[in-house]
Amino acid sequence: MSQHRAGPYWLSAPALAVYAAFLVVPLASIGLISFQHFEFYGGIQPGLTLENYRAVLGDSYYWEIFGRTFAIAALVTVFCAVLGTLEAIVLYRMRDPWRSLFLLVVLGPLLISVVVRTLGWALLFGSTGLINKALQTLGLIAEPIQFMYSTTGVVIALVHVLVPFVVISVWASLQKMDPAVERAAISLGASQLTVVRRVVVPLAMPGILAGSVIVFALAASAFATPAIIGGRRLKVIATAAYDEFLNTLNWPLGASLAVLLLLANVILLYTSNRLIERRYKAVFAESAA
Amino acid sequence: MSKNSSVALIFHAFFIAFILAPLLIVCVVAFTPLGYISLPTDQLSLRWFAAILDNPRFISAFWLSLGLGTVSSLVATLLAIPAALAIARNRFPGRDALSAFLLSPLMIPHIVLGVAFLRFFSSIGINGTFTGLALGHVIVILPFALRLVLAAATGMDPAIERAAVSLGALRFTVFRRITLPLIFPGIVSGWLLAFITSFDELTMSVFIANPSTTTLPVRMFLQIQDTIDPMVAAVSALLIAGTLIVMVVLDRMVGLERLFVGKSRH
Repeated sequence: MSQHRAGPYWLSAPALAVYAAFLVVPLASIGLISFQHFEFYGGIQPGLTLENYRAVLGDSYYWEIFGRTFAIAALVTVFCAVLGTLEAIVLYRMRDPWRSLFLLVVLGPLLISVVVRTLGWALLFGSTGLINKALQTLGLIAEPIQFMYSTTGVVIALVHVLVPFVVISVWASLQKMDPAVERAAISLGASQLTVVRRVVVPLAMPGILAGSVIVFALAASAFATPAIIGGRRLKVIATAAYDEFLNTLNWPLGASLAVLLLLANVILLYTSNRLIERRYKAVFAESAA
Repeated sequence: MSKNSSVALIFHAFFIAFILAPLLIVCVVAFTPLGYISLPTDQLSLRWFAAILDNPRFISAFWLSLGLGTVSSLVATLLAIPAALAIARNRFPGRDALSAFLLSPLMIPHIVLGVAFLRFFSSIGINGTFTGLALGHVIVILPFALRLVLAAATGMDPAIERAAVSLGALRFTVFRRITLPLIFPGIVSGWLLAFITSFDELTMSVFIANPSTTTLPVRMFLQIQDTIDPMVAAVSALLIAGTLIVMVVLDRMVGLERLFVGKSRH
Protein backbone atom coordinates (compact mmCIF):
# COMPACT_ATOMS: atom_id res chain seq x y z
CA MET A 1 0.00 0.00 0.00
CA SER A 2 1.31 3.44 -0.86
CA GLN A 3 1.12 4.84 2.66
CA HIS A 4 2.97 7.96 3.60
CA ARG A 5 5.97 7.11 5.76
CA ALA A 6 4.81 9.17 8.71
CA GLY A 7 1.22 7.88 8.35
CA PRO A 8 1.14 5.29 11.13
CA TYR A 9 2.75 7.71 13.56
CA TRP A 10 0.18 10.42 12.85
CA LEU A 11 -2.64 7.93 13.18
CA SER A 12 -1.51 6.77 16.59
CA ALA A 13 -0.48 10.24 17.78
CA PRO A 14 -3.80 11.10 19.52
CA ALA A 15 -3.79 7.90 21.58
CA LEU A 16 -0.09 8.33 22.36
CA ALA A 17 -0.61 11.92 23.50
CA VAL A 18 -3.42 10.87 25.86
CA TYR A 19 -1.27 8.04 27.24
CA ALA A 20 1.73 10.33 27.72
CA ALA A 21 -0.27 12.94 29.61
CA PHE A 22 -2.59 10.70 31.61
CA LEU A 23 -0.71 7.45 32.08
CA VAL A 24 3.05 8.10 31.97
CA VAL A 25 2.92 11.35 33.97
CA PRO A 26 0.65 9.99 36.76
CA LEU A 27 2.78 6.84 37.10
CA ALA A 28 5.95 8.92 37.21
CA SER A 29 4.44 11.21 39.84
CA ILE A 30 3.47 8.26 42.03
CA GLY A 31 7.02 6.93 41.60
CA LEU A 32 8.35 10.33 42.70
CA ILE A 33 6.27 10.71 45.86
CA SER A 34 7.17 7.19 46.93
CA PHE A 35 10.68 8.66 47.49
CA GLN A 36 9.44 11.67 49.45
CA HIS A 37 9.04 12.29 53.17
CA PHE A 38 5.60 12.63 54.76
CA GLU A 39 4.70 14.78 57.78
CA PHE A 40 1.36 14.27 59.47
CA TYR A 41 0.95 18.04 59.85
CA GLY A 42 2.92 19.27 56.84
CA GLY A 43 2.02 16.73 54.15
CA ILE A 44 4.48 15.66 51.47
CA GLN A 45 7.96 17.20 51.83
CA PRO A 46 10.44 17.98 49.02
CA GLY A 47 13.73 16.09 48.82
CA LEU A 48 14.28 12.43 48.09
CA THR A 49 14.50 9.64 50.65
CA LEU A 50 14.29 5.87 50.79
CA GLU A 51 12.49 5.92 54.12
CA ASN A 52 9.10 4.75 52.78
CA TYR A 53 10.65 1.67 51.26
CA ARG A 54 12.66 1.11 54.44
CA ALA A 55 9.49 1.47 56.50
CA VAL A 56 7.57 -0.97 54.32
CA LEU A 57 10.33 -3.53 53.79
CA GLY A 58 11.58 -3.36 57.39
CA ASP A 59 8.24 -3.79 59.11
CA SER A 60 6.94 -7.25 59.97
CA TYR A 61 3.39 -5.86 59.69
CA TYR A 62 3.88 -5.32 55.95
CA TRP A 63 5.71 -8.61 55.48
CA GLU A 64 2.67 -10.31 56.94
CA ILE A 65 0.52 -8.50 54.36
CA PHE A 66 2.90 -9.43 51.52
CA GLY A 67 2.99 -13.03 52.71
CA ARG A 68 -0.80 -13.23 52.95
CA THR A 69 -1.28 -11.61 49.53
CA PHE A 70 1.08 -14.01 47.77
CA ALA A 71 -0.21 -17.05 49.67
CA ILE A 72 -3.78 -16.21 48.62
CA ALA A 73 -2.66 -15.54 45.05
CA ALA A 74 -0.74 -18.85 44.92
CA LEU A 75 -3.68 -20.87 46.26
CA VAL A 76 -6.11 -19.16 43.90
CA THR A 77 -3.75 -19.84 40.99
CA VAL A 78 -3.46 -23.55 41.77
CA PHE A 79 -7.23 -24.01 42.09
CA CYS A 80 -7.94 -21.96 38.98
CA ALA A 81 -5.32 -23.85 36.95
CA VAL A 82 -6.66 -27.29 37.90
CA LEU A 83 -10.39 -26.48 37.72
CA GLY A 84 -10.11 -24.23 34.68
CA THR A 85 -8.05 -26.74 32.69
CA LEU A 86 -10.42 -29.61 33.43
CA GLU A 87 -13.46 -27.51 32.55
CA ALA A 88 -11.86 -26.33 29.29
CA ILE A 89 -11.17 -29.96 28.32
CA VAL A 90 -14.76 -30.95 29.14
CA LEU A 91 -16.07 -28.02 27.07
CA TYR A 92 -13.73 -28.90 24.21
CA ARG A 93 -15.23 -32.37 24.05
CA MET A 94 -18.83 -31.20 24.00
CA ARG A 95 -20.98 -30.91 20.92
CA ASP A 96 -22.28 -27.67 19.66
CA PRO A 97 -25.49 -26.47 21.20
CA TRP A 98 -24.10 -27.43 24.62
CA ARG A 99 -20.59 -26.27 23.93
CA SER A 100 -21.64 -22.71 22.99
CA LEU A 101 -24.16 -22.53 25.81
CA PHE A 102 -21.72 -23.57 28.54
CA LEU A 103 -18.92 -21.46 27.11
CA LEU A 104 -21.33 -18.53 27.48
CA VAL A 105 -22.13 -19.56 31.07
CA VAL A 106 -18.46 -19.88 32.00
CA LEU A 107 -17.12 -16.77 30.25
CA GLY A 108 -20.16 -14.53 30.64
CA PRO A 109 -19.57 -13.71 34.33
CA LEU A 110 -16.40 -11.86 33.26
CA LEU A 111 -18.74 -9.11 32.05
CA ILE A 112 -20.56 -8.92 35.39
CA SER A 113 -19.17 -6.50 37.95
CA VAL A 114 -16.78 -8.01 40.50
CA VAL A 115 -18.78 -6.24 43.21
CA VAL A 116 -21.90 -8.17 42.21
CA ARG A 117 -20.08 -11.51 42.04
CA THR A 118 -18.42 -10.94 45.40
CA LEU A 119 -21.74 -9.87 46.93
CA GLY A 120 -23.10 -13.26 45.85
CA TRP A 121 -20.37 -15.01 47.82
CA ALA A 122 -20.92 -12.76 50.82
CA LEU A 123 -24.59 -13.82 50.75
CA LEU A 124 -23.72 -17.51 50.40
CA PHE A 125 -21.09 -17.37 53.15
CA GLY A 126 -22.58 -14.96 55.61
CA SER A 127 -26.09 -13.64 55.87
CA THR A 128 -27.96 -16.66 54.47
CA GLY A 129 -25.29 -19.16 55.55
CA LEU A 130 -26.47 -21.31 52.67
CA ILE A 131 -23.11 -23.00 52.11
CA ASN A 132 -22.77 -24.09 55.72
CA LYS A 133 -26.38 -25.31 55.78
CA ALA A 134 -25.78 -27.33 52.62
CA LEU A 135 -22.53 -28.82 53.92
CA GLN A 136 -24.15 -29.72 57.25
CA THR A 137 -27.20 -31.26 55.58
CA LEU A 138 -24.89 -33.38 53.44
CA GLY A 139 -23.12 -34.40 56.63
CA LEU A 140 -19.76 -33.17 55.32
CA ILE A 141 -19.10 -30.92 58.30
CA ALA A 142 -20.25 -30.95 61.92
CA GLU A 143 -19.54 -27.34 62.85
CA PRO A 144 -20.19 -24.36 60.54
CA ILE A 145 -17.04 -23.11 58.80
CA GLN A 146 -16.11 -19.44 59.14
CA PHE A 147 -15.98 -18.27 55.51
CA MET A 148 -16.53 -14.54 55.97
CA TYR A 149 -13.40 -12.64 57.08
CA SER A 150 -11.29 -15.72 56.42
CA THR A 151 -8.63 -16.67 53.89
CA THR A 152 -10.77 -19.64 52.83
CA GLY A 153 -13.63 -17.34 51.88
CA VAL A 154 -11.39 -14.91 49.97
CA VAL A 155 -9.75 -17.78 48.06
CA ILE A 156 -13.09 -19.35 47.05
CA ALA A 157 -14.54 -16.04 45.86
CA LEU A 158 -11.35 -15.13 43.96
CA VAL A 159 -11.27 -18.54 42.26
CA HIS A 160 -14.81 -17.83 41.08
CA VAL A 161 -13.86 -14.38 39.79
CA LEU A 162 -10.66 -15.48 38.02
CA VAL A 163 -11.16 -19.07 36.81
CA PRO A 164 -12.63 -17.96 33.43
CA PHE A 165 -9.21 -16.60 32.47
CA VAL A 166 -7.69 -20.10 32.66
CA VAL A 167 -10.62 -21.56 30.72
CA ILE A 168 -10.08 -18.93 28.00
CA SER A 169 -6.38 -19.52 27.57
CA VAL A 170 -6.57 -23.33 27.77
CA TRP A 171 -9.47 -23.22 25.30
CA ALA A 172 -7.29 -21.21 22.90
CA SER A 173 -4.50 -23.82 23.21
CA LEU A 174 -6.90 -26.72 22.62
CA GLN A 175 -8.17 -25.07 19.43
CA LYS A 176 -4.67 -25.42 18.00
CA MET A 177 -4.48 -29.11 18.89
CA ASP A 178 -4.76 -31.62 16.08
CA PRO A 179 -7.65 -34.00 16.99
CA ALA A 180 -5.77 -36.76 15.15
CA VAL A 181 -3.19 -36.84 17.96
CA GLU A 182 -5.88 -37.86 20.45
CA ARG A 183 -7.27 -40.48 18.09
CA ALA A 184 -3.79 -41.84 17.53
CA ALA A 185 -3.25 -42.28 21.26
CA ILE A 186 -6.58 -44.08 21.65
CA SER A 187 -5.92 -46.35 18.65
CA LEU A 188 -2.62 -47.28 20.28
CA GLY A 189 -4.58 -48.47 23.31
CA ALA A 190 -4.33 -45.51 25.69
CA SER A 191 -7.15 -45.10 28.21
CA GLN A 192 -9.15 -41.85 28.42
CA LEU A 193 -7.26 -40.80 31.54
CA THR A 194 -3.91 -41.49 29.88
CA VAL A 195 -4.92 -39.48 26.82
CA VAL A 196 -5.79 -36.47 29.00
CA ARG A 197 -2.71 -36.84 31.20
CA ARG A 198 -0.10 -37.66 28.55
CA VAL A 199 -1.46 -35.97 25.41
CA VAL A 200 -4.06 -33.25 26.04
CA VAL A 201 -2.58 -31.60 29.15
CA PRO A 202 0.98 -31.41 27.77
CA LEU A 203 -0.31 -29.87 24.55
CA ALA A 204 -2.44 -27.40 26.51
CA MET A 205 0.46 -26.52 28.82
CA PRO A 206 1.31 -23.14 27.21
CA GLY A 207 -2.32 -22.13 27.73
CA ILE A 208 -2.41 -23.44 31.29
CA LEU A 209 0.76 -21.51 32.18
CA ALA A 210 -0.29 -18.31 30.42
CA GLY A 211 -3.70 -18.42 32.14
CA SER A 212 -2.12 -19.12 35.52
CA VAL A 213 0.21 -16.15 35.20
CA ILE A 214 -2.73 -13.84 34.46
CA VAL A 215 -4.66 -15.29 37.41
CA PHE A 216 -1.72 -14.88 39.78
CA ALA A 217 -1.16 -11.26 38.73
CA LEU A 218 -4.86 -10.39 39.09
CA ALA A 219 -5.22 -12.27 42.40
CA ALA A 220 -2.17 -10.56 43.90
CA SER A 221 -3.57 -7.12 43.06
CA ALA A 222 -7.26 -7.88 43.69
CA PHE A 223 -9.10 -5.27 45.70
CA ALA A 224 -12.89 -5.67 45.80
CA THR A 225 -13.06 -9.33 46.81
CA PRO A 226 -10.51 -9.20 49.68
CA ALA A 227 -12.06 -5.93 50.85
CA ILE A 228 -15.61 -7.33 50.98
CA ILE A 229 -14.97 -10.95 52.02
CA GLY A 230 -11.72 -10.40 53.95
CA GLY A 231 -12.80 -7.23 55.70
CA ARG A 232 -10.51 -4.91 57.59
CA ARG A 233 -8.70 -7.57 59.57
CA LEU A 234 -7.54 -9.65 56.60
CA LYS A 235 -5.50 -7.05 54.77
CA VAL A 236 -3.78 -7.65 51.42
CA ILE A 237 -1.47 -5.26 49.54
CA ALA A 238 -4.28 -3.58 47.60
CA THR A 239 -6.50 -2.99 50.64
CA ALA A 240 -3.48 -1.81 52.66
CA ALA A 241 -2.62 0.74 49.96
CA TYR A 242 -6.28 1.83 49.96
CA ASP A 243 -6.14 2.44 53.72
CA GLU A 244 -2.88 4.39 53.48
CA PHE A 245 -4.32 6.63 50.78
CA LEU A 246 -7.86 7.21 51.96
CA ASN A 247 -7.75 6.66 55.74
CA THR A 248 -4.25 7.34 57.07
CA LEU A 249 -3.62 9.78 54.20
CA ASN A 250 0.08 8.83 54.13
CA TRP A 251 0.39 9.02 50.35
CA PRO A 252 4.17 8.47 50.09
CA LEU A 253 3.91 5.22 52.07
CA GLY A 254 0.89 4.06 50.04
CA ALA A 255 2.75 5.04 46.87
CA SER A 256 5.70 2.84 47.81
CA LEU A 257 3.30 -0.09 48.30
CA ALA A 258 1.78 0.61 44.88
CA VAL A 259 5.23 0.85 43.24
CA LEU A 260 6.31 -2.46 44.77
CA LEU A 261 3.10 -4.12 43.58
CA LEU A 262 3.55 -2.71 40.08
CA LEU A 263 7.20 -3.83 39.93
CA ALA A 264 6.34 -7.35 41.11
CA ASN A 265 3.54 -7.48 38.54
CA VAL A 266 5.61 -6.28 35.58
CA ILE A 267 8.56 -8.54 36.43
CA LEU A 268 6.27 -11.55 36.82
CA LEU A 269 4.36 -10.97 33.57
CA TYR A 270 7.46 -10.11 31.56
CA THR A 271 9.71 -12.96 32.69
CA SER A 272 6.98 -15.59 32.58
CA ASN A 273 6.00 -14.59 29.06
CA ARG A 274 9.64 -14.91 28.05
CA LEU A 275 10.00 -18.29 29.74
CA ILE A 276 6.77 -19.70 28.32
CA GLU A 277 7.70 -18.52 24.83
CA ARG A 278 11.18 -20.03 25.05
CA ARG A 279 10.08 -23.29 26.61
CA TYR A 280 7.25 -23.83 24.14
CA LYS A 281 8.79 -22.29 21.05
CA ALA A 282 8.28 -25.56 19.20
CA VAL A 283 4.57 -25.67 20.08
CA PHE A 284 4.02 -22.07 18.98
CA ALA A 285 6.03 -22.46 15.79
CA GLU A 286 4.07 -25.56 14.90
CA SER A 287 0.69 -23.95 15.49
CA ALA A 288 1.66 -20.91 13.47
CA ALA A 289 2.55 -23.04 10.48
CA MET B 1 -13.10 -36.24 19.07
CA SER B 2 -13.42 -38.10 22.36
CA LYS B 3 -16.58 -37.88 24.38
CA ASN B 4 -16.82 -36.84 28.00
CA SER B 5 -16.94 -39.62 30.56
CA SER B 6 -19.61 -39.56 33.27
CA VAL B 7 -17.01 -38.46 35.82
CA ALA B 8 -16.17 -35.53 33.55
CA LEU B 9 -19.85 -34.59 33.30
CA ILE B 10 -20.29 -34.72 37.09
CA PHE B 11 -17.28 -32.42 37.43
CA HIS B 12 -18.83 -30.17 34.80
CA ALA B 13 -22.13 -30.01 36.72
CA PHE B 14 -20.33 -28.98 39.90
CA PHE B 15 -18.27 -26.42 38.02
CA ILE B 16 -21.34 -24.81 36.43
CA ALA B 17 -23.10 -24.81 39.81
CA PHE B 18 -20.04 -23.10 41.32
CA ILE B 19 -20.10 -20.45 38.57
CA LEU B 20 -23.84 -19.78 38.81
CA ALA B 21 -24.48 -20.12 42.56
CA PRO B 22 -23.40 -16.61 43.65
CA LEU B 23 -25.28 -15.01 40.75
CA LEU B 24 -28.46 -16.96 41.45
CA ILE B 25 -28.44 -16.25 45.18
CA VAL B 26 -28.22 -12.51 44.43
CA CYS B 27 -31.28 -12.73 42.17
CA VAL B 28 -33.24 -14.84 44.69
CA VAL B 29 -32.47 -12.65 47.71
CA ALA B 30 -33.50 -9.56 45.70
CA PHE B 31 -37.12 -10.81 45.78
CA THR B 32 -37.36 -11.26 49.53
CA PRO B 33 -40.44 -9.69 51.13
CA LEU B 34 -38.65 -9.32 54.48
CA GLY B 35 -36.68 -6.36 55.76
CA TYR B 36 -33.39 -8.19 56.02
CA ILE B 37 -31.32 -10.66 53.97
CA SER B 38 -33.29 -13.89 53.67
CA LEU B 39 -34.39 -16.42 51.10
CA PRO B 40 -37.98 -15.84 50.04
CA THR B 41 -39.88 -18.96 51.14
CA ASP B 42 -43.59 -18.53 50.52
CA GLN B 43 -43.88 -15.33 48.52
CA LEU B 44 -41.88 -13.04 46.27
CA SER B 45 -41.89 -9.32 46.59
CA LEU B 46 -40.71 -6.41 44.48
CA ARG B 47 -40.39 -4.07 47.46
CA TRP B 48 -36.59 -3.89 47.25
CA PHE B 49 -36.69 -2.99 43.57
CA ALA B 50 -39.14 -0.24 44.46
CA ALA B 51 -36.82 0.82 47.29
CA ILE B 52 -34.08 1.56 44.72
CA LEU B 53 -36.30 4.22 43.13
CA ASP B 54 -36.59 5.95 46.50
CA ASN B 55 -32.83 5.99 46.94
CA PRO B 56 -31.48 9.06 45.11
CA ARG B 57 -27.87 8.08 45.83
CA PHE B 58 -28.17 4.90 43.80
CA ILE B 59 -30.20 6.56 41.06
CA SER B 60 -27.68 9.36 40.59
CA ALA B 61 -24.79 6.86 40.74
CA PHE B 62 -26.47 4.86 37.98
CA TRP B 63 -26.85 7.90 35.72
CA LEU B 64 -23.28 8.95 36.43
CA SER B 65 -21.94 5.50 35.50
CA LEU B 66 -24.08 5.48 32.37
CA GLY B 67 -22.78 8.90 31.29
CA LEU B 68 -19.22 8.05 32.24
CA GLY B 69 -19.32 4.74 30.37
CA THR B 70 -20.79 6.42 27.28
CA VAL B 71 -18.31 9.30 27.16
CA SER B 72 -15.19 7.33 28.04
CA SER B 73 -15.97 4.41 25.71
CA LEU B 74 -16.66 6.81 22.83
CA VAL B 75 -13.40 8.69 23.41
CA ALA B 76 -11.45 5.44 23.83
CA THR B 77 -12.90 3.96 20.64
CA LEU B 78 -12.26 7.13 18.64
CA LEU B 79 -8.63 7.07 19.81
CA ALA B 80 -8.32 3.34 19.19
CA ILE B 81 -9.59 3.29 15.58
CA PRO B 82 -6.74 5.24 13.90
CA ALA B 83 -4.13 3.56 16.13
CA ALA B 84 -5.51 0.12 15.28
CA LEU B 85 -5.48 0.92 11.54
CA ALA B 86 -1.89 2.16 11.83
CA ILE B 87 -0.75 -1.01 13.59
CA ALA B 88 -2.77 -3.46 11.50
CA ARG B 89 -1.84 -2.24 8.05
CA ASN B 90 1.68 -0.90 8.26
CA ARG B 91 5.11 -2.24 9.02
CA PHE B 92 7.13 0.51 10.62
CA PRO B 93 9.91 0.86 13.16
CA GLY B 94 8.52 0.72 16.68
CA ARG B 95 5.28 -1.03 15.63
CA ASP B 96 5.54 -3.78 18.25
CA ALA B 97 6.55 -1.32 20.94
CA LEU B 98 3.60 0.91 20.01
CA SER B 99 1.04 -1.85 20.33
CA ALA B 100 2.62 -3.13 23.55
CA PHE B 101 2.52 0.39 24.98
CA LEU B 102 -1.10 0.95 23.98
CA LEU B 103 -2.09 -2.39 25.54
CA SER B 104 0.04 -1.83 28.66
CA PRO B 105 -2.78 -0.63 30.97
CA LEU B 106 -3.99 -4.24 30.93
CA MET B 107 -0.81 -5.18 32.81
CA ILE B 108 -1.01 -2.44 35.43
CA PRO B 109 -3.02 -3.28 38.57
CA HIS B 110 -6.03 -0.96 38.82
CA ILE B 111 -5.07 -0.16 42.38
CA VAL B 112 -1.80 1.34 41.08
CA LEU B 113 -3.65 3.34 38.42
CA GLY B 114 -6.07 4.50 41.14
CA VAL B 115 -3.36 5.92 43.40
CA ALA B 116 -1.50 7.40 40.42
CA PHE B 117 -4.62 9.20 39.16
CA LEU B 118 -5.52 10.34 42.69
CA ARG B 119 -2.09 11.94 43.08
CA PHE B 120 -1.98 13.42 39.57
CA PHE B 121 -5.57 14.67 39.38
CA SER B 122 -5.28 16.26 42.83
CA SER B 123 -2.18 18.14 41.73
CA ILE B 124 -3.89 19.54 38.61
CA GLY B 125 -7.16 20.19 40.45
CA ILE B 126 -9.51 17.80 38.66
CA ASN B 127 -9.74 15.04 41.26
CA GLY B 128 -13.28 13.92 41.94
CA THR B 129 -14.58 15.62 38.80
CA PHE B 130 -16.34 13.92 35.91
CA THR B 131 -13.44 14.91 33.64
CA GLY B 132 -10.96 13.16 35.92
CA LEU B 133 -13.04 10.00 36.09
CA ALA B 134 -13.53 10.00 32.30
CA LEU B 135 -9.79 10.40 31.64
CA GLY B 136 -8.95 7.57 34.02
CA HIS B 137 -11.56 5.34 32.43
CA VAL B 138 -10.32 6.11 28.90
CA ILE B 139 -6.86 4.81 29.88
CA VAL B 140 -8.27 1.66 31.47
CA ILE B 141 -10.67 0.72 28.66
CA LEU B 142 -8.74 1.80 25.56
CA PRO B 143 -6.86 -1.53 25.33
CA PHE B 144 -10.16 -3.42 25.09
CA ALA B 145 -11.44 -1.24 22.24
CA LEU B 146 -8.02 -1.40 20.56
CA ARG B 147 -7.84 -5.19 20.67
CA LEU B 148 -11.20 -5.70 18.95
CA VAL B 149 -10.73 -2.99 16.32
CA LEU B 150 -7.23 -4.35 15.71
CA ALA B 151 -8.57 -7.86 15.20
CA ALA B 152 -11.14 -6.56 12.69
CA ALA B 153 -8.60 -4.44 10.82
CA THR B 154 -6.03 -7.26 10.68
CA GLY B 155 -8.61 -9.62 9.21
CA MET B 156 -9.41 -7.22 6.38
CA ASP B 157 -8.16 -7.96 2.88
CA PRO B 158 -6.05 -4.94 1.77
CA ALA B 159 -6.75 -5.81 -1.87
CA ILE B 160 -10.29 -4.44 -1.50
CA GLU B 161 -8.94 -1.00 -0.61
CA ARG B 162 -6.39 -1.14 -3.42
CA ALA B 163 -9.18 -1.99 -5.84
CA ALA B 164 -11.16 1.07 -4.70
CA VAL B 165 -8.10 3.30 -5.09
CA SER B 166 -7.37 1.91 -8.54
CA LEU B 167 -10.95 2.72 -9.53
CA GLY B 168 -10.24 6.33 -8.63
CA ALA B 169 -11.76 6.63 -5.14
CA LEU B 170 -10.37 9.36 -2.93
CA ARG B 171 -8.63 8.36 0.28
CA PHE B 172 -11.44 9.61 2.47
CA THR B 173 -14.01 7.88 0.28
CA VAL B 174 -12.08 4.63 0.62
CA PHE B 175 -12.12 5.01 4.38
CA ARG B 176 -15.80 5.92 4.58
CA ARG B 177 -17.18 3.49 2.01
CA ILE B 178 -14.79 0.52 2.29
CA THR B 179 -12.66 0.45 5.45
CA LEU B 180 -15.21 1.69 7.95
CA PRO B 181 -18.03 -0.69 6.96
CA LEU B 182 -15.61 -3.62 6.99
CA ILE B 183 -14.24 -2.97 10.48
CA PHE B 184 -17.58 -1.73 11.83
CA PRO B 185 -18.47 -4.92 13.77
CA GLY B 186 -15.06 -4.71 15.46
CA ILE B 187 -15.67 -1.07 16.34
CA VAL B 188 -19.12 -1.69 17.80
CA SER B 189 -18.06 -4.71 19.83
CA GLY B 190 -14.90 -2.90 21.00
CA TRP B 191 -17.01 0.06 22.04
CA LEU B 192 -19.50 -2.17 23.87
CA LEU B 193 -16.75 -4.08 25.70
CA ALA B 194 -15.10 -0.76 26.60
CA PHE B 195 -18.45 0.58 27.84
CA ILE B 196 -19.17 -2.40 30.06
CA THR B 197 -15.60 -2.40 31.42
CA SER B 198 -16.03 1.24 32.36
CA PHE B 199 -19.49 0.65 33.81
CA ASP B 200 -18.13 -2.17 36.04
CA GLU B 201 -14.84 -0.55 37.07
CA LEU B 202 -14.41 -0.26 40.84
CA THR B 203 -10.80 -0.42 42.01
CA MET B 204 -9.47 2.59 40.14
CA SER B 205 -12.64 4.68 40.49
CA VAL B 206 -12.85 4.22 44.25
CA PHE B 207 -9.72 6.40 44.55
CA ILE B 208 -10.78 9.24 42.27
CA ALA B 209 -14.52 9.46 42.93
CA ASN B 210 -15.83 11.87 45.53
CA PRO B 211 -19.29 11.95 47.18
CA SER B 212 -20.79 13.93 44.29
CA THR B 213 -19.20 11.80 41.56
CA THR B 214 -19.75 8.30 42.95
CA THR B 215 -20.11 5.66 40.25
CA LEU B 216 -22.54 2.78 40.70
CA PRO B 217 -19.89 0.12 41.55
CA VAL B 218 -18.30 2.52 44.07
CA ARG B 219 -21.71 3.29 45.60
CA MET B 220 -22.42 -0.43 45.90
CA PHE B 221 -18.99 -1.16 47.34
CA LEU B 222 -19.34 1.52 50.01
CA GLN B 223 -22.86 0.29 50.82
CA ILE B 224 -21.72 -3.34 51.10
CA GLN B 225 -18.82 -2.38 53.36
CA ASP B 226 -21.30 -0.64 55.59
CA THR B 227 -24.14 -3.15 55.60
CA ILE B 228 -25.50 -5.78 53.22
CA ASP B 229 -29.23 -5.25 52.70
CA PRO B 230 -31.65 -6.73 50.15
CA MET B 231 -31.62 -3.48 48.19
CA VAL B 232 -27.99 -4.00 47.13
CA ALA B 233 -29.05 -7.45 46.01
CA ALA B 234 -31.88 -5.90 43.99
CA VAL B 235 -29.47 -3.45 42.31
CA SER B 236 -27.13 -6.36 41.59
CA ALA B 237 -29.95 -8.44 40.13
CA LEU B 238 -30.78 -5.58 37.75
CA LEU B 239 -27.10 -5.34 36.78
CA ILE B 240 -26.98 -9.08 36.08
CA ALA B 241 -30.09 -8.75 33.89
CA GLY B 242 -28.59 -5.79 32.03
CA THR B 243 -25.29 -7.61 31.51
CA LEU B 244 -27.15 -10.65 30.16
CA ILE B 245 -28.67 -8.48 27.44
CA VAL B 246 -25.27 -7.02 26.50
CA MET B 247 -23.81 -10.53 26.57
CA VAL B 248 -26.40 -11.85 24.12
CA VAL B 249 -25.85 -8.86 21.81
CA LEU B 250 -22.07 -9.37 21.89
CA ASP B 251 -22.47 -13.09 21.35
CA ARG B 252 -24.72 -12.51 18.31
CA MET B 253 -22.40 -9.89 16.91
CA VAL B 254 -18.91 -11.32 17.36
CA GLY B 255 -19.37 -14.44 19.45
CA LEU B 256 -18.25 -14.38 23.07
CA GLU B 257 -15.62 -16.95 22.18
CA ARG B 258 -14.03 -14.58 19.71
CA LEU B 259 -14.44 -11.65 22.07
CA PHE B 260 -12.49 -13.35 24.85
CA VAL B 261 -10.35 -15.93 23.10
CA GLY B 262 -9.65 -13.81 20.04
CA LYS B 263 -10.40 -16.53 17.53
CA SER B 264 -13.35 -16.94 15.24
CA ARG B 265 -15.75 -19.84 15.42
CA HIS B 266 -15.02 -22.64 13.09
